[in-house]
Amino acid sequence: MNNIFTSPRSILAARHARGKFWRGVFFSSTLIGLIALAALILTILNRAAGLVVITDAVDRNSLAGRPLTELTRPELVTILQDHLTRTRLRTLERNNGPLDSLDEETLINLVMEQVVKPTIRKSYTLAETLFQRAAIEQEIAAMRAETPNLQVEFRSWLNPGFLTRSMSATPELAGVRTAVLGSLWIIAITILVAFPIGVGAAIYLEEYASENRVNRIIQTNIDNLAGVPSIVYGILGLAIFVRTLSHLTSGAVFGIQGSNGRTILSAGLTMALLILPILIINAQEAIRAVPASLRQASYGLGATRWQTIWHHVLPNALPGILTGTILAISRALGETAPLILVGASSLINKDPTGVFSFFTALPIQIYNWTARPQPEFRNIAAAAILVLLVVLLSLNSVAIVLRNRLSKRGT
Amino acid sequence: MTHETNNHYAIETRGVNLYYGNFRAVKDVDLQIVPQKITAIIGPSGCGKSTVLRSFNRMNDFVPSFRMEGEILFHGQNIYAEDVDPVMVRQRIGMVFQKPNPFPKSIYENVAWGARINGYKGNLDELVEQTLRDAALWDEVKDNLKKSGLSLSGGQQQRLCIARALAVKPEIILMDEPCSALDPIATLKIEELMRELSRQYTIIIVTHNMQQAARASDYTAFFTMDDDRAGLMVEYGETHQIFTNPRDQRTEDYITGRFG
Amino acid sequence: MQKELITHPPLADAGSIRAIHLKKKPRLGEMFIQGFLFFCGAVSILTTLGIIYELGKESLLFFQMPGVTLIEFFTRTEWQPTIGKFGVLPLVTATLMTTFFAMLVALPLGLSAAIYLSEYASPRARSILKPILEILAGVPTVVYGYFALTTMTPFLRLLFGDQVQVYNTLSAGLVMGIMILPLVCSMSEDALSAVPQSLREAAYGLGGTRLETALQVVVPAALSGIIAAFILAISRAIGETMIVALAAGAGPNFTFNPFLSAETLTGYIARISGGDVAYDTPDYNSIFAIGLLLFGATLLLNILSRRLVARFREVYE
Repeated sequence: MNNIFTSPRSILAARHARGKFWRGVFFSSTLIGLIALAALILTILNRAAGLVVITDAVDRNSLAGRPLTELTRPELVTILQDHLTRTRLRTLERNNGPLDSLDEETLINLVMEQVVKPTIRKSYTLAETLFQRAAIEQEIAAMRAETPNLQVEFRSWLNPGFLTRSMSATPELAGVRTAVLGSLWIIAITILVAFPIGVGAAIYLEEYASENRVNRIIQTNIDNLAGVPSIVYGILGLAIFVRTLSHLTSGAVFGIQGSNGRTILSAGLTMALLILPILIINAQEAIRAVPASLRQASYGLGATRWQTIWHHVLPNALPGILTGTILAISRALGETAPLILVGASSLINKDPTGVFSFFTALPIQIYNWTARPQPEFRNIAAAAILVLLVVLLSLNSVAIVLRNRLSKRGT
Repeated sequence: MTHETNNHYAIETRGVNLYYGNFRAVKDVDLQIVPQKITAIIGPSGCGKSTVLRSFNRMNDFVPSFRMEGEILFHGQNIYAEDVDPVMVRQRIGMVFQKPNPFPKSIYENVAWGARINGYKGNLDELVEQTLRDAALWDEVKDNLKKSGLSLSGGQQQRLCIARALAVKPEIILMDEPCSALDPIATLKIEELMRELSRQYTIIIVTHNMQQAARASDYTAFFTMDDDRAGLMVEYGETHQIFTNPRDQRTEDYITGRFG
Repeated sequence: MQKELITHPPLADAGSIRAIHLKKKPRLGEMFIQGFLFFCGAVSILTTLGIIYELGKESLLFFQMPGVTLIEFFTRTEWQPTIGKFGVLPLVTATLMTTFFAMLVALPLGLSAAIYLSEYASPRARSILKPILEILAGVPTVVYGYFALTTMTPFLRLLFGDQVQVYNTLSAGLVMGIMILPLVCSMSEDALSAVPQSLREAAYGLGGTRLETALQVVVPAALSGIIAAFILAISRAIGETMIVALAAGAGPNFTFNPFLSAETLTGYIARISGGDVAYDTPDYNSIFAIGLLLFGATLLLNILSRRLVARFREVYE
């Protein structure tokens, strides 16, 4: 009977060969994903550090014949007084306090900013720095022939100064403090608004809503909203929060003058609407995962619906709800497009002081710096990306730890 | 005996039909539960015995498609009447479930919670101790009241669930196959406990275990399925009579193992 | 049927049972809470109504401007609202091109990665690979834009020479594909894993190899779930903003050359609103008209996708 399957063995070999080939294809596809991730990270690291060639307007070593860090405070003050006009000095003192009272670090910074005025002639990527040392040195030697007082240093663009400085038009003096604070303010509002409403909606849909038309529409609507592009939320924020409700979002109703609706409050509310569907869907899943037997036990004791929810359903769903919330928040932290619409401005260098402040945010800075042609802006964009990624990564780790700890406590 | 003397029975059903959507799960049940006795409901699986039990304290309300016809009287009031609050019903008629389902809280909290939400004014510590004693669990847990209820063995968990129900001071305790997840020794303990509790409480137990019904109950109701798959009550009487001298052929077939 | 009543002696303490009250009491607190929770659910409806109302209202204003007609909007190939050119086609073609390149990457790679994870990978390998792919899904899109501009574009210029402009739709599209890959992969994998094991066993039992089982039995069985993933991926690509805003180009360009710069629908919105756009200008209103187009297109695709998923669930759950 076997011979109706012609030469099974050779066919089998071919079938196995085909299987092996495709297995390779499938595996490579997965691998490409991993390679892409690696390339992404390497791209950013590559730009976030490297050699830079700096020229000083006034050679920093010629100021006193010694490196600045070895100078005493009076010496530094003298340098400032020698090189700056009286008006300039007055401005400085108005902003920072009397020169004599400043500490050494501030004085050095002032000397660098006001007198030395370093400009970056050329910056190299990390890969170039590591693997093309000879070529770089040749190039630098050529530059030295033209301009004698060149400084060459290895620079990590992500440094403490970068985190604590505010926005600046010169990349080497720019920092992300204002942007980070802006992001934090926005997220705070987002959480404050989206968390209670999101969890409330999830409870309503899972514990109260009966099978009827209205509730089905709400559920379908939430699922659809989750797929709306973020830029459409930005348009909504622009129309509703920035424009229509500008009295509220500019703080005019609270007596704040001279503002418009392009504030942190508008941005936070827009983000809240954006993450609400995701938050609701995640919270619904967490609530659904609470075993029905717990609810029954509670009802069986004569508990009301809310007593059951508050004492049993929510505590048991909490780890899941928090995890879902954190994931939604990380989404909001990285969102850029809606912020552009509601009026984030990358030119802001004043720290936000409240919900009615104008703002910039971390992803907005990344966007603007990336969009500029000068390579140094790409460098600080990479550094800002690292800041953002580190924040997101730590948030996610917190989510995982939280989930593990809370789920252990129950058993 | 007339229908008007309501207070005679712990629960009395009149012409009860239970539906899930269009499917009639149980039909025409007229059943009178005797106070402070143990009544067992037995029958093959799918005959609707759990559905009947759950309708006694309106636990079926949570099944969206559930519907009932007829009356279930408790203290002369139809618990399905429009103006009756199911929460109040469940305070009076407690329930123990098939699988032990303690709250993921401490043993103490498991017992105290129900009393607290129902506005218990007395000393909670005393209540917890007394209730755990009543449930024959005190000696085993008195040193570990702070430990999670989930840390107990299956049998202990089920007794904790019984204690939890007792703490609300119900009149009736419904037990839905309370021993089906337990080993024989734990089962025996629960049965002894039931006997003890029946001095104060009315107990209705659904069981698929005929020996258990025979051993532990005073009255037995035998349910089976009709041709339309609806459950119906075939015979109801004193347990001794049902098991030794059934009046209906179907009952006899079932208890002698000739069913099916 | 046996219906006799059980008789028993009246209990001595039958009368002492407390008179009981089962009547409903109004629970004001509970009612208030339920009302608040319903409001929370209704916020989503308000959001949708807000989107539809605002997009509709401003779009209406846009189409009432002199010289704007629907026909012109959908047929003319020049888009310069400030100087009265209202043909949306260049933006649409740019969007379609970036979407097409993104799908070229995301669909085949995503599906075959899903097949690998679901049908081939050991549980251990899966527990390592899946979270890594999920990281890819968690990276903000502006970072992908950076990647497109600083790595993908130079790479393409290396391959194809200077005919590749600094801003081009190919680079943006390919990187967008990488961004969407995890979505396709995880949704397809969900669909594949939902296929009952018994079906695989049946195929193996007939002498099928792993590949034949995967491709001829499991994938067809999961097809509607996979197609749902594909459709959602397209919707995601159409709505994606930051990658195209950074890498595809600023300025409408009616072209099908992937090496040239061209502005997409979303890229246009981002660029125009980047400055302080004044209210009630052609620019301002055009944002809403294009927003409506985007909203409509993505909504249709999302609904289609969810329908397919629902049908798929019906079969296997």
